[in-house]
Amino acid sequence: MEMLNIKINGQDYQVPKGSTILEAARTNNIHIPTLCYLKGINEVGACRMCLCEIKGGRALVAACVYPCNEGMEVFTNTPLVRETRRAVLDLILSNHNRECTTCERSGVCELQQVSEDMGIKEMRFPAQKKEEFTIDEVSPSVVRDGSKCILCGRCVAVCKDVQGLGAMGPTSRGFNKSIDPAFGMSLAESNCINCGQCIVNCPVGALKEKDDTDKVWAALADPTKHVVVHSAPSVRAGLGEPFGMPVGSLVAGKLAASLRRLGFDKVFDTNFAADVCIMEEGTELIGRVTKGGVLPLITSCSPGWVKYAEMYYPDLLAHVSSCKSPQGMMGSILKYHYAKQAGIDVKDIFVVSIMPCTAKKYEVSRPELAVNGIPDNDVSITTRELARMIKQAGIDFTSLPDEEFDTYYGDYTGAATIFGATGGVMEAAARTAVEVITGKEAATIDYEGVRGIEGVKTAEVKAGDLTLKVMVAHGGANIRTVMDKLRAGELKDVHFIELMACPGGCVNGGGQPIVNAQDKMFRDIRVERAAALYKEDKDVLKLRKSHENPSVQRLYKEFLGEPNSHTAHEYLHTKYSAKPKISK
Amino acid sequence: MADFVSIKNLEPLKQIIAKHKDEPGCAMPILQETQGAYGYLPIELQKEIAEALGVSLSEIYGIVTFYTQFTTVQKGKNRIGVCLGTACYVRGSQKILDRIERELNIKVGDNTGDMKFALAATRCLGACGLAPVMMINDDVYGDLSPDKIPDILAKY
Repeated sequence: MEMLNIKINGQDYQVPKGSTILEAARTNNIHIPTLCYLKGINEVGACRMCLCEIKGGRALVAACVYPCNEGMEVFTNTPLVRETRRAVLDLILSNHNRECTTCERSGVCELQQVSEDMGIKEMRFPAQKKEEFTIDEVSPSVVRDGSKCILCGRCVAVCKDVQGLGAMGPTSRGFNKSIDPAFGMSLAESNCINCGQCIVNCPVGALKEKDDTDKVWAALADPTKHVVVHSAPSVRAGLGEPFGMPVGSLVAGKLAASLRRLGFDKVFDTNFAADVCIMEEGTELIGRVTKGGVLPLITSCSPGWVKYAEMYYPDLLAHVSSCKSPQGMMGSILKYHYAKQAGIDVKDIFVVSIMPCTAKKYEVSRPELAVNGIPDNDVSITTRELARMIKQAGIDFTSLPDEEFDTYYGDYTGAATIFGATGGVMEAAARTAVEVITGKEAATIDYEGVRGIEGVKTAEVKAGDLTLKVMVAHGGANIRTVMDKLRAGELKDVHFIELMACPGGCVNGGGQPIVNAQDKMFRDIRVERAAALYKEDKDVLKLRKSHENPSVQRLYKEFLGEPNSHTAHEYLHTKYSAKPKISK
Repeated sequence: MADFVSIKNLEPLKQIIAKHKDEPGCAMPILQETQGAYGYLPIELQKEIAEALGVSLSEIYGIVTFYTQFTTVQKGKNRIGVCLGTACYVRGSQKILDRIERELNIKVGDNTGDMKFALAATRCLGACGLAPVMMINDDVYGDLSPDKIPDILAKY
């Protein structure tokens, strides 16, 4: 790699050619504040927090976009730099709604952090408040508060470029500029897929999840309710972070322990339903392959992707699996099998799901995810909301013992736990499909070809004489690449496609703990959290194939009969239909 | 001034889009010509444009709300723009604006009840030598005084 010699604050450094000043500085542990910068996604020099001085330069430059060149001398800490950055920050703060004590992002707010770092003690330009903003809380997933927005454009870039949507964008100009969906509509009326990627990439509290913790507290306090909980694979790969544990900590045992201490009557695991999902979806796939059904089959676990399909690819909905998501299946199994076994009336059971996902809140409200008008799940809360509940309850998470999930509906295999990472559903399906098709134990069950964070992955799965061609994509823009090819007739030889709305899959879902942009500059949280799940699969769990889960086998014996049976269809399958992109 | 096309008739829009679709930066000419044909850019037309260009509605809406010459609400057929730029203002353009408001019995930003006129205050029109200046559609009127207003309006 060609290196450049530069000086930062009088010290000599060698940096790779093509580095920006920001990259050069941060790589060498020199701190430059940023707000709008989001590596690879929003590198636009908009917020001006990163201004630096260059020897011989005419004006200060934005470090996040200014390339280094040979012999350059940069100063990141001169009086001019400090005063100018301070003025920029004063102006940003002048119309920011500074209600930190009631703001959800307090403590993980990048604006708060920059203000603290820069020693802001008073408001130089107070009371230049923006006109009153109404809070948009129509969406069941995402709440927008324009009074806190600093117009950095990170949400816009993520929604448009990473997710391929552009549900909101800059509107109007000057002092009246705001980030909004078109025509003053709510996010719920826009082409938003509820993924929440805007939330996890917002530096401040302008975007947050719809808080449903009150509903959970109320159910827990209601003596007439039997409250059961199940949590998704990715929750155990993220929940440690709000309690100071490193990114990628596997906290399955503490997760179960904390849920029990919160007072849930039963602590189950969505992973159980993920194993069931493999039985159902795998059988659906084998059926379509052997009987000549619509191929490729596409997964339906991700509610963001499902909504994407309904709005953008309604002509291709026949490809989407009829399986409910694991969340939906779990709720239905708990309400119609567990409740019966436990002698509880379906009216008296209250099912809470813990999800890394804001779109799951929307899914819970969908009539397609209900049986006889009764929703499969009553409330879905995110990993972040669970962390808040644990804090509110005064539970010292890090010192909790590792406990097990309750048996039967809390039993799961490694195939289920890797659902949280992109490629995980595909790998889990392959482990089962190959053995079901060949009737023999497979030599290897590690499918490296579908792992990793490449946007679109293609692999072949050999099952005896049959070769299944599979694809995996994650993030809306990659989904569109695949779906546009499918529409153009280019994927006729593909059998099975896994699509996840969030980049990296559920481990990086919109409901996961927020990692600030600076930390994300040098680490890939998608990889680190996924590693926790692959570790649980390989090193912790004894069983690694869904069809070997004895509790799943028992469920089929006691309740469902065969995969794709009439009963399975009644409780575990559904049908989706076309939706307009803009409902206004 | 010709009558505007009804937004129920999407044929002219389709022609405008087809004409510019393959040019780089085609959104601006499409929006300008669409507003020229229909008089304004309501959600129905913006949705069509967004769909045809393969971009989101919010992106089109962002452009429309960024430039003051675009409007999302129906405007009167004849658009009066009175310059309140510095030169015109010191030469008394506020009095011109006041007189037009009185003559038409509307306020800045409004349309007349018969949709014959729309009144707007503009930034500099680039004709400071003629200050105070106003434009009605594409016609420029300079060296104005309030008394000249009724005769000018009567032409439309």
